[in-house]
Amino acid sequence: MTILLLILAILPIIAGIIIKVLFVPASEGIDITGAHVFFTIDLPMGGLPISEAQINSWLVILSLLFFCLFLTHGLKTTAMSKRQIVAEWIVQSVENLVKSNMGEFFMGFAPFIAAILGLSACSSLLTLVGLFPPTSDINIVGGWAILTFILITYYKMKAGPLIYIKSFGEPVPFLAPLNIISEVATPISMAFRHYGNVLSGSIISVLIGALLTTLSQLIFGNLPGILGDFPFLRIGLPAILSIYFDLFSGCLQAFIFSMLTMLYVAGGFPEDEYFRRKRLKQAKKKENMQVIENTNGGV
Amino acid sequence: MLELAIGIILGGCALGAGCAMIAGIGPGIGEGTAVAAACEAIGRQPECKGSVTTTMLMGCAVAETTGLYALVIAILLIFVAPGRFVNILLEAIG
Repeated sequence: MTILLLILAILPIIAGIIIKVLFVPASEGIDITGAHVFFTIDLPMGGLPISEAQINSWLVILSLLFFCLFLTHGLKTTAMSKRQIVAEWIVQSVENLVKSNMGEFFMGFAPFIAAILGLSACSSLLTLVGLFPPTSDINIVGGWAILTFILITYYKMKAGPLIYIKSFGEPVPFLAPLNIISEVATPISMAFRHYGNVLSGSIISVLIGALLTTLSQLIFGNLPGILGDFPFLRIGLPAILSIYFDLFSGCLQAFIFSMLTMLYVAGGFPEDEYFRRKRLKQAKKKENMQVIENTNGGV
Repeated sequence: MLELAIGIILGGCALGAGCAMIAGIGPGIGEGTAVAAACEAIGRQPECKGSVTTTMLMGCAVAETTGLYALVIAILLIFVAPGRFVNILLEAIG
């Protein structure tokens, strides 16, 4: 069972590699293209292209699902396995992160933050196996940013829509247009930040690979036979850059995206007003109960 | 004549992409200031290194935003805009 779930977690990645080998045309040299569109579904409001980015992100979701099942199946209270300790460490560290950044009220956000963090990091790390990283497509990251925007707006409206509308004219009323622009700029800048970092990393990697190929042709081009064509300089050197652009940058952007989600949601929530209203409501309820009790007693 | 027009389009796109990346100066200065301040803070209070590093990375990411806007514009100008502009030109000529 354990091994089966682990195989199921690795299988989507292998499926992604097979799909790439079979259906995606190989790119030559410094030919930088976006996600390859496999087919387009015709809908009444226009075509819906199914691209490499979408397929890869669904594969990552599947892989993460099976990995979580692998970590959490057969939990025990005593004699824990290593899997359970890893799973508990992940849950605990995410809960600590949420608690220290958002406060006790938002503890329900921990699964969402963990999901965004894991999905984003694993999507960026797909470059390590040579697949197209879904996070370098703005449609995927834009979807996450819109989700965050909806959450921010929902929590700002928690204390009533009037207070939300009033917050636009905050320092002085004629600054309202600027406030609206900065409100809309939040998801756009979040999406652009994540997508720009991952995309620029992959573009720089491609450019450096092409540069090293040309350089090694210049230096070793006179060697006889197949040795002359082989790009010697491309062995090992791009891997050093890959540590920064793929490993560090990918994980950092995932962390920053989830961190900004937490800060924006917790920062937009009008805490004092919400709790004041809650207390008022509870006091009113109590009063009503007392009135009912009094009338009952009178009868 | 058409070659000249397409040449002007390609040259304009490349120049525009280069000019857009001037915006890289701003985030560079900003992130440098942020990291300098973080180094100072760690030097003064080495025990809060972890939280200072986290906050610095967050600040760097936010300061990077304008540079990334410029980067996206430059990427669009290099990879997307020339084809579109040439298509518009060809359609206008007929």
